[in-house]
Amino acid sequence: MDRPIRVLVAKPGLDGHDRGAKVIARALRDAGMEVIYTGLRQTPEQIVNAAIQEDVDCIALSILSGAHNTLLPRVAALIKAEDAEDILIIGGGVIPGEDIPGLKESGIAEVFTPGTPTQVTIDYIRANIKRA
Amino acid sequence: MFKEDQISILKAAVEKENAKTQESLQKRPERKAEFTTGSGSPVKRYYTPADIEDLDYMEDLGLPGQYPYTRGVQNTMYRGRFWTMRMYAGFATAKESNQRYKYLVEQGSGGLSVAFDLPTQIGYDSDHALSEGEVGKVGVAIDSLADMEILFDGIPLDKVSTSMTINAPASVLLAMYIAVAEKQGTSSEKLRGTIQNDILKEYIARGTYIFPTEPSMRLITDIFEYCSKEVPQWNTISISGYHIREAGSTAAQEVGFTIADGIAYVEAAIKAGLDVDTFAPRLSFFFNAHNDLLEEVSKYRAARRLWAKIMKERFGAKDPKSMALKFHTQTGGSTLTAQQPDNNIVRVAVQTLAAVLGGTQSLHTNSRDEALALPSQASVQVALRTQQIIANESGVTDVIDPLAGSYYIEAKTKEIEDQAMEYIKKIDDLGGAPKAIDAGYIQQEIMEASYSYQKKVESNEIIVVGMNKYQVEEEAPKGLLRVDPSVGEMQKANLVKLRAERDNNRVDAALVALKTACEGTENVMPYILEAVRSYGTLGEICGVMREVFGEYQQSVNL
Repeated sequence: MDRPIRVLVAKPGLDGHDRGAKVIARALRDAGMEVIYTGLRQTPEQIVNAAIQEDVDCIALSILSGAHNTLLPRVAALIKAEDAEDILIIGGGVIPGEDIPGLKESGIAEVFTPGTPTQVTIDYIRANIKRA
Repeated sequence: MFKEDQISILKAAVEKENAKTQESLQKRPERKAEFTTGSGSPVKRYYTPADIEDLDYMEDLGLPGQYPYTRGVQNTMYRGRFWTMRMYAGFATAKESNQRYKYLVEQGSGGLSVAFDLPTQIGYDSDHALSEGEVGKVGVAIDSLADMEILFDGIPLDKVSTSMTINAPASVLLAMYIAVAEKQGTSSEKLRGTIQNDILKEYIARGTYIFPTEPSMRLITDIFEYCSKEVPQWNTISISGYHIREAGSTAAQEVGFTIADGIAYVEAAIKAGLDVDTFAPRLSFFFNAHNDLLEEVSKYRAARRLWAKIMKERFGAKDPKSMALKFHTQTGGSTLTAQQPDNNIVRVAVQTLAAVLGGTQSLHTNSRDEALALPSQASVQVALRTQQIIANESGVTDVIDPLAGSYYIEAKTKEIEDQAMEYIKKIDDLGGAPKAIDAGYIQQEIMEASYSYQKKVESNEIIVVGMNKYQVEEEAPKGLLRVDPSVGEMQKANLVKLRAERDNNRVDAALVALKTACEGTENVMPYILEAVRSYGTLGEICGVMREVFGEYQQSVNL
């Protein structure tokens, strides 16, 4: 194996619920990945800049504010605009099931809702990162 | 409380019985090798007087309504009147929230509890770039006094008590409330309610901070001082363990960290020259109710005893009201599952019972669908009915602190008190809660507890029904509440109109005066009030304060 998988765990939006983001960050790290956590209130622009600068394989977006339909597609669009579509984008949080198809269409590869074991997310990232 | 010779006979009997049980366990082991509470602290097979042999009844428990208030803060408790059934609500526009409040009052909710959207909580107007997608989502959008007038339209503010979950810009929203009351012809002395106003737990766990620690503490003590003179019936702060627990802390950490925050506020106010008994009676607390019924009941009792002792012994309070810990409770949002959401009704019922047996002064019950979205009206009704059933049908409200004297409850109360005191000592050693937060100590402790809990759930050491056991295939739930996405546009249009119609000279003058007050040491409340009355927006007022005070920078250690 070459270098470990690098993941940016990011909190777009204004909500301060970071329990999930921190748990995911810890679990990914314990699974051998390199994890960068952005902290709260990150704009899509800040997230995409950080992802490119840190040369990550995956962006894991955690949002519980209800602004997911606005902010998650924007992250995906900015990644496309940066020609960085080899970065896998996933999301999680309090996101109603009926919003998930739209988010996937916008470029979010998978959405993990409350109760998902961290192992499921870990396995998903391992199986789906796009780098050669 | 127990005779010494009886205790030694008992201890010998327990030892003998234990040895015998250990033998039988070889053949028939118990369900688990180790039993723990919801917070992970050990639970013995049973408790006896030997576990509480040092308990001194009058010193440690006292009577209801008497120091150290272990048994409750009033002498009649729910025989006098039930707790306030206070349902936290607010979404979309002021108009829609106003309708929900009127509905709740009709349904028997005794007090209003306002949820603000995130831009409001962080001091941004609806037209700020960072507000995009957030307007009206997790609460009501308030940009100026004009929105606040609509929010409380037709609700007589001299009759209701209103709790507002607002922290960093608490002084601005309180000023708006006072200004609305003025327009209704109600003077500020008559207003009853609470602002959350607890910035320290925002840094620790909830995240809606704006300004750095020091100016934030000043804003809080300015409110204490202003209200002690002008709004004497107002609870000026709700020192919150709720969010600390939601972030993953244990029950003992919830008590320890919250009371450490409380100590910091009392110290700041004393340092600002206030006498402890002028503001301490208006301090209130806010705790969580999780599923471990007996641990939770013990937690509330421990918190009351600890606070009473600290106020009396550490701060020399003389007024009994300064020592009596009053608290609001909310059932635990993080205990709810997205899977089989109807199961959440049962969880909320158990948690309601915990809060009531623990002597809460007011209670919000969560709705079954809150792991999925904001609650729908139908599920809010079930949540409120849950409180009404416990109040009217269960019988637990007719006798005060009925679990007192249980060997287990008293042992657990003492254990939580001792553990919380350990955390407080550690925080004192670090220089107090603000410094311990800046050093990341409190956040780190919570994160460890939260991660350890998560691992236990994933290894099925902790069972969450419907989530990691007893799962079923489910269809996606229907009837979830959705906020109209046009709310943001409506708020923006209203702001354009407001800025065109108001007396902008008056607004500018008010903002300049506020800036000078912020730079000096005067109480800022009267200046905020003038800015609010002139229809300065929340974003403009907080903008001035951001300019003078700067912004808090979060530090994260994983």
